[in-house]
This record gives sequence, structure tokens and C-alpha cells, in this order.
Amino acid sequence: MHPLSEPSAASPWTEPASWRVTATRRESDDTVTLELEPPAGQVFAFRAGQFNMLGAFGTGEVPISISGDPATGGPVLHTIRDVGMATHALCSLEPGDRVGVRGPYGTCWPLEQAEGADVVVIAGGIGLPPVRPAVYHLLAHRDRYRRVVLLYGARTPADLLFTGELTRWRSRFDLDVQVTVDTAAGGWRGDVGVVPDLIATARFDPATATAFMVGPEIMMRFTIRALQTAGVPDDRIFLSMERNMQCAVAMCGHCQLGPFLMCRDGPVFCHRRLAPWLNLREA
Amino acid sequence: MTLEPLLREHPFLTSLEPQYLALLAGCATNVRFGEGSFLFREGEPADRCFLIREGKVALEIAAAGRGPIIVQTLAAGDVTGFSWLLEPHQWQFDGRAIEPVHAIALGGACLRGKCADDPRLGFELTQLFARLAIQRLQATRLQLLDVYGNAHASAV
Repeated sequence: MHPLSEPSAASPWTEPASWRVTATRRESDDTVTLELEPPAGQVFAFRAGQFNMLGAFGTGEVPISISGDPATGGPVLHTIRDVGMATHALCSLEPGDRVGVRGPYGTCWPLEQAEGADVVVIAGGIGLPPVRPAVYHLLAHRDRYRRVVLLYGARTPADLLFTGELTRWRSRFDLDVQVTVDTAAGGWRGDVGVVPDLIATARFDPATATAFMVGPEIMMRFTIRALQTAGVPDDRIFLSMERNMQCAVAMCGHCQLGPFLMCRDGPVFCHRRLAPWLNLREA
Repeated sequence: MTLEPLLREHPFLTSLEPQYLALLAGCATNVRFGEGSFLFREGEPADRCFLIREGKVALEIAAAGRGPIIVQTLAAGDVTGFSWLLEPHQWQFDGRAIEPVHAIALGGACLRGKCADDPRLGFELTQLFARLAIQRLQATRLQLLDVYGNAHASAV
């Protein structure tokens, strides 16, 4: 092992460093947020939309978006859904445990490009954590944007993430939050329906708005159509993709989609670039 | 007082020509429902459809031992459905106001009669409700796909 230089968004670590878990927070039955602390004396910086490779020792690595505020110091947040061996090991970590971290990797949300107009942030399921850093930025620089809309969908009310934060965001007059679930029991007073159907009634100017979107690919496919029907051009629709990322440093080729490597050229893409490749049956 | 101005404002009918709005106004009634009350119940005759102006309606299905399950919510600008249009003219779900609801009720028999008298109106209304049916079908397919379930899950 050679000494690692100080990481930044422009020069990520390429070998895992041992970070300490400082806190864990259960967001839902299967989703946990880890607060991680870099090795002593090392500063970590990232941009909204980027991800780290995390590995609980002995279980392999997985790409996990950074879900905290890029403008604040302190622990680095990752929100992880327990869907397999590696993520189960990560979700089982406790304060004081160690985790292998390398990053940050990938492209970021085009927040400066979106200034001066409306922004529509769209998230489905575990897609909310990857856009949360962008929401923090939008709210911290609220005067640079016109209307800001957050559309969020989940499977059931119990699967909604960051519910306390959603409540606070809903109470703001400068942020329009619409939440929907696929199904709910009788006591639920919120919306039941699918995310693409929220587009038609969301209050934004499609002629100038920029859309940031993360979620299951099928959800994004239908939501892109709804945005296009509303009049949002492809070059202002941005989505975060995570297909088969394994090395995160453009070496293994597992995440190749047409001419792109998701880890190097993504995860955040402009839909205009990605559209020819997005719906290929085999890629 | 005619309800034609309210019909003209409703998003569902914006593409309808003015003379047809005047015809529909003859079938229209202004209605209100308090929170928790039912606009309609499964199995009852679907003798009206509702154009929602304010409030929120949950389309529910009752399941023994589980309580009601909400399959969709409808809000201002939405329409409750098309059971009035096709036989057996029977509601397939419960429609419950989860917020106070202001709506325009259109009588089903009245609408069908006007459509029979004026096939062009019938075609225009059928187009509107067919578009609504497709939108609901696509949403239902997405819900059935369970896109947020484990089969589609990634960790990022």
C-alpha cells in the first residue's frame, strides 16, 4: 500500500481506506443511513450526485451514492438498501465498526446550469438519497432558482425515506413537495398513484425547467415520457444511472452502455446523450 | 344557474367544444362531500360520474381482515371513472372523500341519452374517457410491476 493523497471530488481515492462508522439510522424496514468518518487528518469533499464504493470487509464492494449535504463538514452520509450480501453487511454495521471506502466517483448534478429557472427533482424508492445532496444545494441557494419541485414515489408509506425531513420541506413556502405511494392502507391521507402521473399537475415551467431524476429504470422511462409530453426538452432532463458498476474506475467494463461507462461518464447523464442507448434490450 | 362555466374550467373538459359543454350542463349538479363520506360504494349503481373541483378522493377496495386498501387517489382536475359509461353501470371500488370534496356530478343516464342523440358528442366524450382509461391502465401496470420492489432494486 502506498500513501494516499488527500482525496477530493477531482482526485478520488483509488484504494479503499478504512473509515469508521460513527452512527447508523434506520430509515425504513430495509434501508439504513450510515454516518462515516474518514481516517484522521484526511478531508473528504464531494459534489452532489457522486458516489463512493463501500465494502464491509469480506463481502465485496458496492457503489453507494452520498446522501448528505456536500456543503457541510462532519460525517459523510450514505443511505443503503439491504438487497444483497454486500449491502446486508453494510446495513448491519454498528457505530465503531470499520468500512472500506474509496471515492468519490462520477459526474454530478448540473446545479449551476439549472440556475435562473425552475428545477424539478424526481425520485423513486431508493432514488431519493442520490438527489438529496442536490436538494440541499437548491435550498441553500434558493435565490438562484425559480420554482423548485420535489416529486417522490415509494412502494408504500412504510417505505418512504427521510420522512421527518420531507415534513420539514413540505412546510416551506419555496419548495413544492409531492409524495405518492403505489399502494396504501385505509388510514393513509397522502397520494396513491405513480410518479409519472405527478408531472401533469406539478407546477413548473416546462419551457425552462431542468429535471433531475433517480429511480428504477422503468419508472424513469415513463417519467421521461411524461416530461417530454409536458414539453421539457431532452437536453434538460438529467438522470442518474447505476448499471452493474463494479470497479468504479473505468477499468473492468461491466457498466458499459454503448459508448459510455456508467462509473466514469455517469452516474449523472443528460438524457439527450443517453437516449439512444437507454432502452436497448441487450446492452 | 347553469354550471357551464364550472365545466369549462375543469381540466378534463378543456378540449370539449362550447356547444357540448352547454349540453353537459344539463346533466350537471354541484355536490359536496364531507371528509370520510363516500361518493360511491362498490357494487352500487354507477349512475353518476364526478368531476373533482377541490379535495381528494381515495379509490378503495375493502378486504376482509385487512381494512380498506387504497389503489389510487384523485384530486382537483381528476374524474372518478367510467363505470357510468359501460354496462353494468356499477361501481367497482369505493370512492371516499379523504378531504372535503367539491365536485360536479354528471348524471350517467342523462349523459348516455345526450350521446345517443348526438353521436359526435358521444365520440368526443368516448375519446376523453378512453384517454383516461389508458392513463389509468398504464399507471396500474406500473404499480403491478412493483418497480420499487427487490426485483428492481439496486443499492445506489
